[in-house]
Amino acid sequence: MKTRYLFVLLLVAALGAVAFTSFSNNGPTSGGYTIGDEAAPINLLNVDGTMITYDSFPDAQGFIVIFTCNTCPYAVASEDRINALDAEFKNQGYPVIAINPNNPAVQPEDTYELMQQKAADKSFSFPYLYDESKTVYAEYGAKKTPHVYLLNKENDKLIVKYIGAIDDNVRNGSAVKERFLANAVNQLLIGEEITLKETKAIGCSVKV
Amino acid sequence: MKKWCLLLAVLLLIISCNQKDSKREEASLETKIENQGEVVPVNDKVKVYDYNELEREFFLPTTNKTYVINFWATWCKPCIEELPAFEKLNANYKEANVEVVLVSLDFPEKIENGVIPFMEKNNLQSKVVLLDDPDANTWIPKVSPEWSGAIPATVIIRDGKRYFFERTFTYETLEKEIKTIL
Repeated sequence: MKTRYLFVLLLVAALGAVAFTSFSNNGPTSGGYTIGDEAAPINLLNVDGTMITYDSFPDAQGFIVIFTCNTCPYAVASEDRINALDAEFKNQGYPVIAINPNNPAVQPEDTYELMQQKAADKSFSFPYLYDESKTVYAEYGAKKTPHVYLLNKENDKLIVKYIGAIDDNVRNGSAVKERFLANAVNQLLIGEEITLKETKAIGCSVKV
Repeated sequence: MKKWCLLLAVLLLIISCNQKDSKREEASLETKIENQGEVVPVNDKVKVYDYNELEREFFLPTTNKTYVINFWATWCKPCIEELPAFEKLNANYKEANVEVVLVSLDFPEKIENGVIPFMEKNNLQSKVVLLDDPDANTWIPKVSPEWSGAIPATVIIRDGKRYFFERTFTYETLEKEIKTIL
C-alpha cells in the first residue's frame, strides 16, 4: 500500500516537472484569436477583490480587452490613454477590461498586491484583472503587453473585431496621429465595417 | 511496483538536472562577459536610426556579410538574459564574417542614462544602435510579417534572405541557427 502511495506521489511530481519544463520554455505561443472568432468567457479576480465576468456588464455592447502589466515601459506609457479610452467609450457601451497576463513568479513586479497599488496610484476607472490560471492570454493569443482585443456583442456572442495596438505611437500619446482602436470602436458605434482590423506594436513579451 | 517507482524517480532526477544545467550555463556565460577584460572603450555614442535607415544599412544585400540583428531593450529581462549568447556569437564568428547588431528599442531619452551605462557595465562588444521610429505598425511587418511585436526578436540576414525568430536563444540554439544558415 505504501509503495502505491509513493508511486502516485512520484507520478504527480514527474508530471509537474514535465509541465514546468515545457511552460518555462520561452518559445513562441501559436494560436489565439483571429478577427471574427468568438471570445470565450472570463472569470477573473479584480484588484477590488471581486470576480469579473463579461456578464458583470449587462448593458455593454462589447468590450475593449487590454492585456497589460505594471512595469513594461510601453504599458506604463499607455496607462493614461487606457483611462481615457474607458472614459470615452464606457458610456457608449464599450468598457475597458484590463488583464495582467504575467506570472509574478517570473516578473515579481506583477503580483496581485502591486496590481492593486498600480490601479490605485493611476486611478484606473476599469477592472484590472489578475489571470491566476494563465490561460486567458493564451486563449486570446496575446503575446505582449499592451495587446488589445476589441469585442462586439453579436447574437449574444462576443466576436473579436480588432486586434493590436491602441494607436500608432505607443511611446508618446501626444504624438499620436492615428487612433487605431478608437477608430475601430467608433466604426462599430455607427455600424460601419472596421477599416483597419489588425495592427502591430512593440511590447514586452508576456512573462509566464 | 517498486520498479516503476525507481523509474519515475530517475526520470524526475533527469528532469531536475536538465533544469539546473541550463541555469548554470547562463551564469557562466554572464561571467564570461564580465571577465572578457580587454579595455576596449565602448562606443562613446549609440547611433540612432529610423527604420528606413536601419533597413538600408543592415537588411539589404550588400557584401557577403551575415548580420544577426537582435531587437532588445535594457528593461527587457529575457532580452538581457540572452545577450551573452549574442556576444559570444559575435566573438566566435567574426572570421566567418558574421556581425551581431543589437538594436535597442529603449526610448531615445534613455541613451545617456540607460543604454550607455548598461553597455559599459556589461562591456558589450557587439555593435549597439537605437531604433527611434514610433510608427511600429508600419515597420514591424517590414522586419517580418510573422512578428507580433514582442521582444526579444532576432532576424538573421544573409545574401538578402531573412530568417526571423520571435523567441529567446541560448548560445547553443543560436549557433545551431547560424550553422544552418551559413
